[in-house]
Amino acid sequence: MGAHAFERSVLALAAPQHRVAMRKHHAHLSDEALVALVARGDDDALAELYDRVSRVAYGLALRVLRDERHAEDAVQEAFLQVWRSAATFRAERAKASTWILTLVHRRAVDLVRREERRQAEPLTEDTELAQAPEPTEEAAWLRFERERVQSALSQLPDVQREALELAYYGGFSQSELADRLGVPLGTIKSRMFAGLARLRELLDDSTQEGSWKPEFTS
Amino acid sequence: MEAGVHELTAGYALDALDAAERSAYEAHLAGCAQCQQELESFWTTTEALAVAASGPAPSPALRDRILADVRAEPPQNVIPLESRRRRAAPVLGAVAAVAAVVALVVGLWASDLSSQLDETRAALERQQAAIQTLVDSEAQDVALQTGEGRLVVDSEGFAVLVIGGLPEAPAGKTYEMWIAPGGDIGSASPAGLFAGGDEIAIEPVEGTVEPGDVVAVTIEVAGGVDVPTSQPIAASAPV
Repeated sequence: MGAHAFERSVLALAAPQHRVAMRKHHAHLSDEALVALVARGDDDALAELYDRVSRVAYGLALRVLRDERHAEDAVQEAFLQVWRSAATFRAERAKASTWILTLVHRRAVDLVRREERRQAEPLTEDTELAQAPEPTEEAAWLRFERERVQSALSQLPDVQREALELAYYGGFSQSELADRLGVPLGTIKSRMFAGLARLRELLDDSTQEGSWKPEFTS
Repeated sequence: MEAGVHELTAGYALDALDAAERSAYEAHLAGCAQCQQELESFWTTTEALAVAASGPAPSPALRDRILADVRAEPPQNVIPLESRRRRAAPVLGAVAAVAAVVALVVGLWASDLSSQLDETRAALERQQAAIQTLVDSEAQDVALQTGEGRLVVDSEGFAVLVIGGLPEAPAGKTYEMWIAPGGDIGSASPAGLFAGGDEIAIEPVEGTVEPGDVVAVTIEVAGGVDVPTSQPIAASAPV
């Protein structure tokens, strides 16, 4: 084929294709780029972020609050916070997903600490992770990740696992736990630090073996 | 703060500090690079704990409520795109955008591509170029006439082709991009190679584009050629 075959304008051989839907507009952007757009008031970017993170965000809030309505409130308030403070997000310090989940968790913990009924509840050691939803409707990597974390947690000494789970999933503060468990505050602090550091190590190890995928793709 | 502050980083990452302790820790954190680094690392671990708590999806009504709230609320701390465009001096939003660029570079795309370190490095350099264009507030979107996606062209004429649905190039072949002045593929100049096979390819176009130019893609022998030898399989509208 000679070059003359291509002298025709590209325009002439271009067949119009279906328009890319509006929702796909942001699909190729990373979470951090979406936050940058949110900081400029782009609500479609917020919708895309929500679609990527909401499942984990809601699961986390539900885990802490154990009530669907309260969990939805926590997610809603956290996303409003994202909208209002996106311009202050420091991407050099954390990933956008980490930031959003931190906001959700903080909100859920603040809400659960306010609940009076919780004050009277006995401590339950929270060893079970969330009930698995139908496997067909769950992204494979979410399932993989849950099993990976569960397996890492099971390798921690009991007192460390208990401290991490009651704090992160139960929303108990270190001083609340010291009171409830009847151990010195310093001991709780040490357990929590040692437990989180060990969990980090275990997860790093399993990352090298597995295909951990930290991005919220839908 | 005294010696125990290091341990408080774990409590902070887990949201397990009381309000007073939390404030004190945050005040300390602002000036302590070691704790910042430790916290960043612990947050990765707590994020794994968060992901492990995922369960059923929230009701669709929640999404509607959030978007309705957001749309009803005048942006605060938000620099509207329009006013940014007219402002020459860097403002807070611009700083945030730069910070976002940093995260983009070290962040998510890298992990998708991390099978080979060298490949990742090369890919990161390409992404870095692409990101600068993608986050440029003045960048314009140019539709594709052929192919699914778009061409993003920034104010300096740098362009990024965002294109979906291209299978991996056949053995011994590559995708090659071209800048065709005025849409004339016969006088097109080579503008970079890529392998395809990703759901969405984000490819910085080498060189700069002028108004009226068309960016096109052909399939060529591996290593690329100087003059296109096949029909374009994708082409943008004129820039």
